[in-house]
Amino acid sequence: MTMIATKFTIIEALNQALAHEMERDPRVVLLGQDIGKNGGVFRVTDGLQDRFGENRVFDTPLAESGIIGTSVGMAINGLRPVAEIQFAGFIFLAMNQLVSQAAHMRYRSAGQYSCPMVIRAPFGGGIRSPEMHADSVEGTFLQTPGLKIVVPSTPYDAKGLLTASIEDPDPVIFLENIKLYRSFKQEVPTERYTIPLGKAAIVQEGQDLTLIAYGAMVSVATEAAKAIKAQTGATVEIIDLRTIWPMDEETIIASVTKTGRAVVVHEAPMAGGVGAEIVAIINENCLYSLLKPVTRVTGYDTPFPPPGLEDNYLPTPARLTSAILRTLED
Amino acid sequence: MLMHDVELDKPYQVLDPHGQLVRPMPQGLSDESLVEWYRTMWQTRFFSNKVVALQRQGRATTWGPLIGQEATAVGMGAVLEPQDWLTGSYREAGAYFARGFPIAGVAYYTRGLQPPREVCQPGGRDFRCLPLQIVIATQMLHAVGLAMAAKIKGENSVVVGGCGDGATSEGDFNEALNYAGVFKAPAVLVVTNNGWAISTPRARQTAAENLAARGVGFGIPARIVDGNDLLAVYEVMKEATDRARAGDGPTLIEAITYRLGAHTTADDPTRYRPKEELQYWEARDPMKRLKAFLIERGALTEESDAQLVEGAEAFVAAQVQLAHDHPAPGADGFFNNVFEELTPRMERQREDFRHDYGLSEGK
Repeated sequence: MTMIATKFTIIEALNQALAHEMERDPRVVLLGQDIGKNGGVFRVTDGLQDRFGENRVFDTPLAESGIIGTSVGMAINGLRPVAEIQFAGFIFLAMNQLVSQAAHMRYRSAGQYSCPMVIRAPFGGGIRSPEMHADSVEGTFLQTPGLKIVVPSTPYDAKGLLTASIEDPDPVIFLENIKLYRSFKQEVPTERYTIPLGKAAIVQEGQDLTLIAYGAMVSVATEAAKAIKAQTGATVEIIDLRTIWPMDEETIIASVTKTGRAVVVHEAPMAGGVGAEIVAIINENCLYSLLKPVTRVTGYDTPFPPPGLEDNYLPTPARLTSAILRTLED
Repeated sequence: MLMHDVELDKPYQVLDPHGQLVRPMPQGLSDESLVEWYRTMWQTRFFSNKVVALQRQGRATTWGPLIGQEATAVGMGAVLEPQDWLTGSYREAGAYFARGFPIAGVAYYTRGLQPPREVCQPGGRDFRCLPLQIVIATQMLHAVGLAMAAKIKGENSVVVGGCGDGATSEGDFNEALNYAGVFKAPAVLVVTNNGWAISTPRARQTAAENLAARGVGFGIPARIVDGNDLLAVYEVMKEATDRARAGDGPTLIEAITYRLGAHTTADDPTRYRPKEELQYWEARDPMKRLKAFLIERGALTEESDAQLVEGAEAFVAAQVQLAHDHPAPGADGFFNNVFEELTPRMERQREDFRHDYGLSEGK
């Protein structure tokens, strides 16, 4: 099949994925705050209410627990809700419904009922958003068995991963870096396609060090790798996790076994985060291949700072480059 | 119409505490169904008492007794059609039984295990009862979501969500009422006001005169009903489910009843509850009221009542036995149903577990 590809932003790619799934599957409904006429505060659902009607694309009262709690009921009763939480930083209002209910319904009911639903939430810093709007929450959900965590880094991935998430039989939290929404365009097939959950991508191959990233940190990683190549000639293999959970351990292990050095980067705080999990995986599986300790380059163990200080908090190519240089030293 | 007869401070009553009709009998009720529901009330009471006894013997987990609330519970469940849904807290099991959900299903749960499909759905029939909810008020949003889905799909089903008086203080309860109102969901939200949330009296949950008044703020019609009067609960529930089925939206119902037992088997209510209060409510026992009515009607005699009560106890014993005879999942059963499929890591963890516990492959 030849696919016609045109260049789109992540916003447009997500919008396409939603439209395709709504067209294909009458069970898919969209709900959230200001997602109808307004098309969502970032316009991800732009035009979808006009196209699919208010019965399938609807605004909710301003209550996050209500959004996820009613989605649980809708999913059990045969729909495929795709709920938007306006900013991931507000998701804590709905933690019980997401963690103890949506993620545990299949388990609690011994498989009789399940919650095939997607919770989309914009997150991340770098756009001077007000406080509480930029928090990275993925690490929080690593301790939520029953929930899948997806973070796309490109328009192509965003479309394929969202489609796969909607199709998935279990609840998925789909985190969208606000900074990436419109930052670049990429060729995206206009047809429907999926990218399997739980599979990482190798963004570029390399021999000397493995750099593990996701979301907005993938482009930071790419930049750092370029700088390293220019400065030292060393080649860096970049892994984009794409799905945070379940994590593609195989790809990580294979790469680190090959390179013997690894750096993990994310903008969430360091303590108990995705990076810690990755370091543990490497420790358990690649210890005898390691030439240097694995380094984490992350946000600091502080709250996400106010917009005036966020640039000092977020991992930059420079910070990442110096961490890589240290890890490359013999 | 009852709904327009809003007297929020006076519980709606059909039978007085002595079993005398204070209003005409609700239409369309047969003696046979009344006797059936009376039987379910006894099954509910026997079941609750049985689990307390089993817990004392170390054969059941912590249990929240339901006794005293049987009329509310059975009235909630009895009005439902096969296509309807029901979700309640751990103290609403009687409503599940009235709906047809097997007592064995809840009995299995009290073994400390998730009841499997074959126990909950004998003969393949899904009773559409969600797992008894533990986190207070949570299920009210599920009820509204189930109802929203029914409406979106154009199905003629309604949903009953049940919670207690303490739940009305939770955000989810209020969000549920709000969503139900905004989306005109075919849901009936029932608050079983039994006076106590563990040791916290109803008066400490809200300064409002009653809980049903909450409906006004959310634009939802509300009723207060005598929760120890099965006929009244039935009538109010029937009207509310009829409204929902007709597309007229949700109803909030506050049923006034009393938790005759402890909060759970781990609780000692003598620490906080006056004895006189318990005596007052024991005299208003829902079983006594319905029995007096059925005997006066000739639907029951002292003799047939004794037989019915004995039969209910035997039935419960058989259901509990069934649950205890049903195989438990393997020692590694806790790996099941986290996701539709195990993740690669979980596969490895299960293998390790099996190895550590000396389990052979596939057990």
